[in-house]
Amino acid sequence: MHATNALTVPPRSARAWAPGVLTRVPYWLYQDADVFRAEQQRLFEGPVWNYLCLEAELERPGDYRSTFAGRMPVIVTRDADGEIYAFENRCAHRGALLSLEDGGNVRDFQCVYHAWTYDLKGNLKGVAFQEGIGGKGGMPKSFCMEEHGPRKLRTATVCGLVFGSLAEDVSSIEEYLGDAVLRRVERVLAKPVTVIGRFTQALPNNWKLYVENVKDSYHASLLHLFFTTFRLNRLTQRGGVIVSETGAHHVSWSALDPEVAGQEDGSYSEQGIRSESGDYRLADPGMLEGRDEFGDGITLQILSVFPGFVLQQIQNSIAVRQVLPKGIQSTDLNWTYLGFTDDTPEMRTLRLRQSNLVGPAGFVSMEDGAVGGFVQRGIASAGDEQAVVEMGGEGAETQDFRATETSVRGFWKAYRACMAL
Amino acid sequence: MIESSLHYRLAVLNADYARAIDDDRLEAWPEFFLDRCLYKVTTADNHHKGLEAGIIYAESKAMLKDRVSALRKANIYERQRYRHVVGLAAILAQEAGTVCTESPFLVARIMRDGHTDLFATGRYIDRVSVNAGDLKFIERLVVCDSARFDTLVALPL
Repeated sequence: MHATNALTVPPRSARAWAPGVLTRVPYWLYQDADVFRAEQQRLFEGPVWNYLCLEAELERPGDYRSTFAGRMPVIVTRDADGEIYAFENRCAHRGALLSLEDGGNVRDFQCVYHAWTYDLKGNLKGVAFQEGIGGKGGMPKSFCMEEHGPRKLRTATVCGLVFGSLAEDVSSIEEYLGDAVLRRVERVLAKPVTVIGRFTQALPNNWKLYVENVKDSYHASLLHLFFTTFRLNRLTQRGGVIVSETGAHHVSWSALDPEVAGQEDGSYSEQGIRSESGDYRLADPGMLEGRDEFGDGITLQILSVFPGFVLQQIQNSIAVRQVLPKGIQSTDLNWTYLGFTDDTPEMRTLRLRQSNLVGPAGFVSMEDGAVGGFVQRGIASAGDEQAVVEMGGEGAETQDFRATETSVRGFWKAYRACMAL
Repeated sequence: MIESSLHYRLAVLNADYARAIDDDRLEAWPEFFLDRCLYKVTTADNHHKGLEAGIIYAESKAMLKDRVSALRKANIYERQRYRHVVGLAAILAQEAGTVCTESPFLVARIMRDGHTDLFATGRYIDRVSVNAGDLKFIERLVVCDSARFDTLVALPL
């Protein structure tokens, strides 16, 4: 027996988001396939600068790296003219990848499928059997190689970081970052870097949840006990959050205040916060030994560039992170650990020890790999509900305290502008 | 035969090491190392290119103990277990009191909801002190075949 109309499925409510609001974030933004598709088009291929790689990875002519702009596979090269070029890692013929390696040194790129050949600028230079064989077959006389090629990116470098953009009308990288953020990039990357390790962390969540986590200075000392107990980063320390004019980029920083160091102000225990643990001491504090190498007492600086780049200084642990969407609920986080080329062996050893703080197994960062997944799973049936982002106000301005979500709101300000949402 | 008895002792060392982690007796894990030691988790690619950094980098037994106490008291991670399968150790070199070996491993990760993945494969590249008594690691490089780590690496490999 069939019940004819025992069950009526209500129509899915319209995906609504009150215009201009930054304090509420609807969960469908992390779930919907059409949002995910639109992000590639409007955002990653829109008026943004995507971090591609380091100049240190492209030292000699012919050096290249395979990377991504959002989901678009990209090849970055240094040509014989010494300049850096970037183009889509896609053959103009049938769309196959042109590079199957992470990087190397080559004279040109030849597609493995039908041997079409490209120079280091991404120009099509050769079509196999273009004239056919024995006068038969081949491409039509009208075929013009200049009219075919992978899409090219504009490139820009700042402090050894290579960025790429698909947009014609994107502002210069310096203008894009703004003075305040640019100065904080220069603060860390004032001299040539060298790669000391690469790791990829596969995150079980939408890419935006990780970017928000990076910008969220409120959670740092609450989720991460290691920071709190060892006074690497407490909200009660001297510090602040810089948000760029557009909201897009941010810098969160904290510094040891010699006058306050060693004194307990009780803020954490008064709140009954889990991350306070008085009796926790390291058996080998050598891991935390650091040097004030930038001469300003800043022990932590987390800097993000919209949409998916992070420059990190935690004591002497320097790294860049590239956030890449892989699916609606999967994200690759590429870590590149850095040293400076003039590091003494002692300095390098400090960096290697302090690398324990960061990365997929980091004492102060491992939780960040999981917490996005906790949200993604928590909101499974809550597409029409909203996150609350009200800590420290409603706007996205620079603030001299860190119990705030100002830079998270900044992200949504830039996101809404880019996505026309 | 001396070699076969050394192979046997290395097999016992690896079996005990794996059981300590998989049985959640993490406090026993640092005891497989000398006081001054090196334990590093890295990738085959970094190892091959001579890139020194690891996602875990400990230079003393005390640092290993700190990792255990951080896992117990500080770090947040969803309840999970590993299952190590460690292959036979190949002996690469021997010198006074020290043997250099390499052993392949597979580690499955079992999450609290039962979800089980092949979490890591790779090789242990070890320098083992074979002086009187138990064998101890002078150095254990955990060289993972893949550079991709799912979600986080909490428990030691």
